[in-house]
Amino acid sequence: MDLHLNAAKPSAEERAAIDAALEKREAPGHHAPSHVERAPAASSNGLPLRSKRHLLLPVLHAIEQRMGWISPGALNYASLKLGVPPAEAHGVASFYEMFSLTPRPPVVAHVCDDIACMTRGAGALCAELERKLGPAGKPCVGGKAIWQRSSCLGLCERAPGALITAAGETPRERVIAPAKAEGISSTLTEAASGKLLEQIDSIDAKVSVPQAGQPQLRLLRGVGQVDPASLDDYRRLGGYEALRRALQWGPERVIREVMDSKLLGRGGAAFPAGKKWEAVHLQRNSNRPHYVICNADESEPGTFKDRILMEGHPFAVLEGMTIAAFAAGANKGYIYIRGEYPLATERLGHAIRTARAQNLLGESILGSGFSLDVEIRRGAGAYICGEETALFNSIEGYRGEPRNKPPFPTQSGLFHQPTVVNNVETLVNVPEVILSGGAAYARVGTANSSGYRLFCVSGHVVCPGVYEVSLGPTIRNVIEMAGGVGGTGRLQAVLLGGAAGSFVSPKELDTALTFEGTRAIGATLGSGVVMLFDDSVDLKQILLRIAAFFRSETCGQCVPCRVGTIRQEELLERLVQRKPLGSNEQETALLKEMAQAMRDASICGLGQTASGAILSAMDRWSLFS
Amino acid sequence: MSEQAQAPSPLTPIPPAPAPEIPPGVARRQFEIIIDGNRVAVAEGATILEAAKKLRIETPTLCFLETLTPVNVCRVCVVELEGSRALVPACSRKVEAGMVIHTDSERVRLSRRVVLEFLASSVEVRTAPQLQEYMKRYAARREKFGPRAATVAQPEKIDNELYVRDYSKCILCYKCVEACGVDAQNTFAISVAGRGFHAHIATEFEIPLTDSACVYCGNCIGVCPTGALMGKTEYDMRKAGTWDESRQTHTETICPYCGVGCELTVDAQAGQIVKVSSPLDHSVTQGNLCIKGRFGWQFTQPKT
Amino acid sequence: MILLWGSNARETHPIFFHHVLKGIRNGGKLFVIDPRRTSSAQWADTWLGPDVGGDISLANAMAREIIHSGLANEKFIQHATSGFDAYRAGVEKYTLERAERETGVPAEVIRQTAHAYARAERAQICWTLGITEHHNAVDNVLALINLGLLTGHVGRYGSGLNPLRGQNNVQGGGDMGAIPDRLPGFQHVENAELRAKFERAYGARLDPKRGWHLSAMFEAMKRGELTALYVLGENPIDSEADRHRAVKLMSGLEFLVVQDLFYTKTAELAHVILPGSAGWCETEGTVTSSERRVQRVRAAVPLPEGARDDMEIIYELARRFGRDWGKPDAETIWNELRSLSPMHAGMSYKRLEELGGIQWPCYDESHPGEMYLHSRLWREPLVGPRAPFSVVEFEPPVDELSDEYPIRLTTGRHLDSYNTGEQSRRFPSPLRREATLDLSPEDGKRYHVSEGEPVRVSSRRGSVLAPVRFDPGLRPGLAFLCVHFHEQVSTNDLTIDAVDPKSGTSEFKATAIRIEKCAEH
Repeated sequence: MDLHLNAAKPSAEERAAIDAALEKREAPGHHAPSHVERAPAASSNGLPLRSKRHLLLPVLHAIEQRMGWISPGALNYASLKLGVPPAEAHGVASFYEMFSLTPRPPVVAHVCDDIACMTRGAGALCAELERKLGPAGKPCVGGKAIWQRSSCLGLCERAPGALITAAGETPRERVIAPAKAEGISSTLTEAASGKLLEQIDSIDAKVSVPQAGQPQLRLLRGVGQVDPASLDDYRRLGGYEALRRALQWGPERVIREVMDSKLLGRGGAAFPAGKKWEAVHLQRNSNRPHYVICNADESEPGTFKDRILMEGHPFAVLEGMTIAAFAAGANKGYIYIRGEYPLATERLGHAIRTARAQNLLGESILGSGFSLDVEIRRGAGAYICGEETALFNSIEGYRGEPRNKPPFPTQSGLFHQPTVVNNVETLVNVPEVILSGGAAYARVGTANSSGYRLFCVSGHVVCPGVYEVSLGPTIRNVIEMAGGVGGTGRLQAVLLGGAAGSFVSPKELDTALTFEGTRAIGATLGSGVVMLFDDSVDLKQILLRIAAFFRSETCGQCVPCRVGTIRQEELLERLVQRKPLGSNEQETALLKEMAQAMRDASICGLGQTASGAILSAMDRWSLFS
Repeated sequence: MSEQAQAPSPLTPIPPAPAPEIPPGVARRQFEIIIDGNRVAVAEGATILEAAKKLRIETPTLCFLETLTPVNVCRVCVVELEGSRALVPACSRKVEAGMVIHTDSERVRLSRRVVLEFLASSVEVRTAPQLQEYMKRYAARREKFGPRAATVAQPEKIDNELYVRDYSKCILCYKCVEACGVDAQNTFAISVAGRGFHAHIATEFEIPLTDSACVYCGNCIGVCPTGALMGKTEYDMRKAGTWDESRQTHTETICPYCGVGCELTVDAQAGQIVKVSSPLDHSVTQGNLCIKGRFGWQFTQPKT
Repeated sequence: MILLWGSNARETHPIFFHHVLKGIRNGGKLFVIDPRRTSSAQWADTWLGPDVGGDISLANAMAREIIHSGLANEKFIQHATSGFDAYRAGVEKYTLERAERETGVPAEVIRQTAHAYARAERAQICWTLGITEHHNAVDNVLALINLGLLTGHVGRYGSGLNPLRGQNNVQGGGDMGAIPDRLPGFQHVENAELRAKFERAYGARLDPKRGWHLSAMFEAMKRGELTALYVLGENPIDSEADRHRAVKLMSGLEFLVVQDLFYTKTAELAHVILPGSAGWCETEGTVTSSERRVQRVRAAVPLPEGARDDMEIIYELARRFGRDWGKPDAETIWNELRSLSPMHAGMSYKRLEELGGIQWPCYDESHPGEMYLHSRLWREPLVGPRAPFSVVEFEPPVDELSDEYPIRLTTGRHLDSYNTGEQSRRFPSPLRREATLDLSPEDGKRYHVSEGEPVRVSSRRGSVLAPVRFDPGLRPGLAFLCVHFHEQVSTNDLTIDAVDPKSGTSEFKATAIRIEKCAEH
């Protein structure tokens, strides 16, 4: 195409960072999909330049990590190298929270002030940081660092959490959780003085997985017990037996077993995994290539189970994904992982390299003739990219805006090809299904909620962490597993399913945590969040934070969600400040009307659920009457 | 060899032959669906909007245009589809056999009204007649969110002599981006940037159009439904209070600047051209023009 | 597949190019042949950048390759063409290697292009002045027609040969008989029967011999045979190649009438100036587009004071010459034309308005017009005469490169400007940039000139000053000047009046120049 660049020029560092990122991505195993929008190629003497738009996000990451921000010159150079118009590249870069388009100090502390962290002192932490370092969003530590508030970082079991990123020649990222002002401040000072941060912290299984070591665990087996970087350790636990068996069975049998297992997606939508695989598999002769995607963009406030799995059990994620790809006939897979998960990214990267070296990925896996390569794509701070169609756009190098469905991903997904998208936890269940057989797996749990599942217990609870259950426990059971109510010890409310879920009251604790049990009380299991609030918590502030979360995370594409989320936040603010328009009842009626329009008319789940938790709380506790 | 075998002589006219055929399109299956209790048959691939149109049901649309790929973002066209949890956008949802649709149910009316209220409470709608008409139809009240409701108010952008961008009036319908992009011009000077309520139309780093890839075809103006994008002549006349559509004539003619045959609609007021556009349904232009066609008419004006 | 040959349609026919882009998005292939890697070429699957004037060598080599690879459409050739054997023999010497030597385009790319064109289900060749502004313009066009006949890419839906016209009524002018040997509807003036039809209708005797085309007129001025000239809406002083010669010859005319909207350079020489009208917005009538579509133009605004409708000027002149034609309106005149030109017969104003234009031929009022021409060639049995192949040979441009004039200059348009700029300079285009001598960055280095620096550009005929601009789309040895800003840079001081004897077009596209750093700078 006739690309028109503005006059800004890249610096030598920016140029080198972009070139290096592209070189890495153009290595074997990273071939551009040949059918990518046949973007009219800039051509020179008959040699067309393939569209490289799908490399935009990795290139933007490379610039941000090298420079700490994305300058006009760097963006121009990236546009030129990828054949993407600069206005569109800017539209993409400005979509993500982790990218800065104005000069920013190289060291950034992202401090979570979301609801789980609120119960564990995030407010006080931020206040102290303000005293120590100055206001959020303003340069500190001699202008070399900055701290800013962040939505949920998925560190809820060790709340409050913080993520430090340091750009430079050797970019580093480090998680601090639980975080104290002193620790954040000294880390910033250290990083700002040019010292390399200890690359990333490591998982303390005893904290994050209180059940660690218990024999009945399936999904969490080995977490904290074995070296997550060791393929041998994983094999000792029976790892890759399932893949071997699946390759022998063939795709049809694998799909049948997964159908029989009644395995439902663990990302929140609870769609039968086998159905997705079958739908893609059936197009094996008509519509190729196929893709498989592991959705690891876990961003629902209060959710951290996928991170624990990826950090503690990375080969299991890969094995499940390989089986899914085999069943669906996909030869290319992507793991789309949220940008705030440096350790999980590192562990998965290592697992991929190891698996490739052992022929568990790559050409003709284990001599079966089936080939698969898997590539990691890091998100960059956008909750919406966990929505599967937004995720496709993000990988393809477009803004992470959801697409209208239908067509569904199994028909037209990544690069508009048939695509299976499964959540991390779903994929980790897959080897279990294969090893025990579909029918046996279906007998675990309840009739409509089969198998093993994880709950993310956080907030005012004695032992926050990820818990694996196999029968349909009640909310009370899960709280008991986690040592009971923490804080004041007097439970006020439980949030199920995260910000997109709903609140339940202490009277409802005997509800079974199954799809059918929660549905009966108008709640949802969602991504397995069980967040407790004691009676010291001002629920109105929690609701305001949830409203702020949706306002800041809406992609802005469709009107009901773009405007509805800000009007909802404004309305709650008026109620909290006791300055309603008319009466509180009128405000509540207005909120319900807005909520209905958002639920009915929004493109995707974000807008459709943005009022759910808020209304559930207002209904249960008459907060504003 | 027969006579016909000889090479043609320029002196002899070539005899007429039967008119050439245009290959027929692929035959499409017909689907029957029910809209508001009425049966209607439409071809596979048609949208609910097209089906409704066949029944003379008028569906409001803002981000939809026949010549652009539906983005279905304004959501003012939503209808109730039996069996679907949420409402569905009529502009892009393809019909399937047996669909039962309601276009004027309570739910539909509520969503349409609230969407219009959301827009009108955040955007200046003075020069958006269509939107104002819909607001009347659905009894939408922009004031209901109070005087402090956030808006997208901002200063106008005037960085060239041909057109003005006033994003206080922008409802983010994506039409300009589509017209600048793959649906017509393929120049990609603008994109949606930012996120959420602050998502907006922008050049890279908000640079002035004059530094951007813009080629001033004005096809963005041609599709803007709210007057956020406006020719400088119209903008200046509105500002001076001399813009008067009731005194304007609209004449269809052909652009003089090349041999493609673009049809122009020339709007004139008091004997002077004030605006040039092209009809959407013209097979050559589909509403699009280039800089010369849309703006190159000033040579005909008496010098002032 | 679209083969865009010698055209920068992205900038010169932007709305046509929208349709090309749609085709590309739908999976079509675009090949662009142009010495410059233009903005159009940047959209191409393949760009071929031959040296200026290498078109026939390229086309003939493609033909040879197609024939040798067994890709010629023999059935079509047999059925509907003549002269194939001579053509085959004629192109035999144009090997890929020879074409590479003569054009600079790698043999392999020529081969691929030939195969893509021949194998395409549907393919069209579109061209503009890059083909026709040469001393052998007609041969260039014939070379392209040969390719169409060879592959059967003519007379079928989606295929064909399309010259893209530069003004809204170039086609219409020809249709109406503004060609030296034709009467309206392409009826030959030397066909006595046809001529008689017109003479009966006009009530006047018509000259039975063909007239002069523009270049021949200049030749005739030189010989002293043409002494009076009536110029309507043309600015030859600025638009003719070799401006010095044009000024000299036109200044020597005994009588020059100029009818125009503007006081042009040509008008400055006129003995009488007739202020005319802007046809597209001040008068009623029709124009004909590149795709033969007759479309209505209408008056949107009144004529400026003192100006008159061009038709009115003409019949006022007739009245002064002693013939009263009355004051027929545009539709009446059109209907007379319809009665004389069979291919326009079915195009009533009513139908033109209802259908938004009709593509000729349209023989009667039930005829839909024809979306594409020459479908007769596919009829069984063939309707009308066979389509002839023509043997054409490569000839380099007349203005030869030499040590003294080592750079090839070519000319063309900018997106926001038009011809001599009389119309387009009057609106405030943000894209407007002055005329520059565009050079490859390599040549900039070679001649030690920097961007923005004014240089002296000289040809064998004249010299101008122009600032330098670097264009990476130009290959070393190639320079470009636009034709719009004669006040600033008089491009036609440089160009050569080498004329194609058949069409009368000058070789604007190929001038030999040298550049020198400016002492005065």
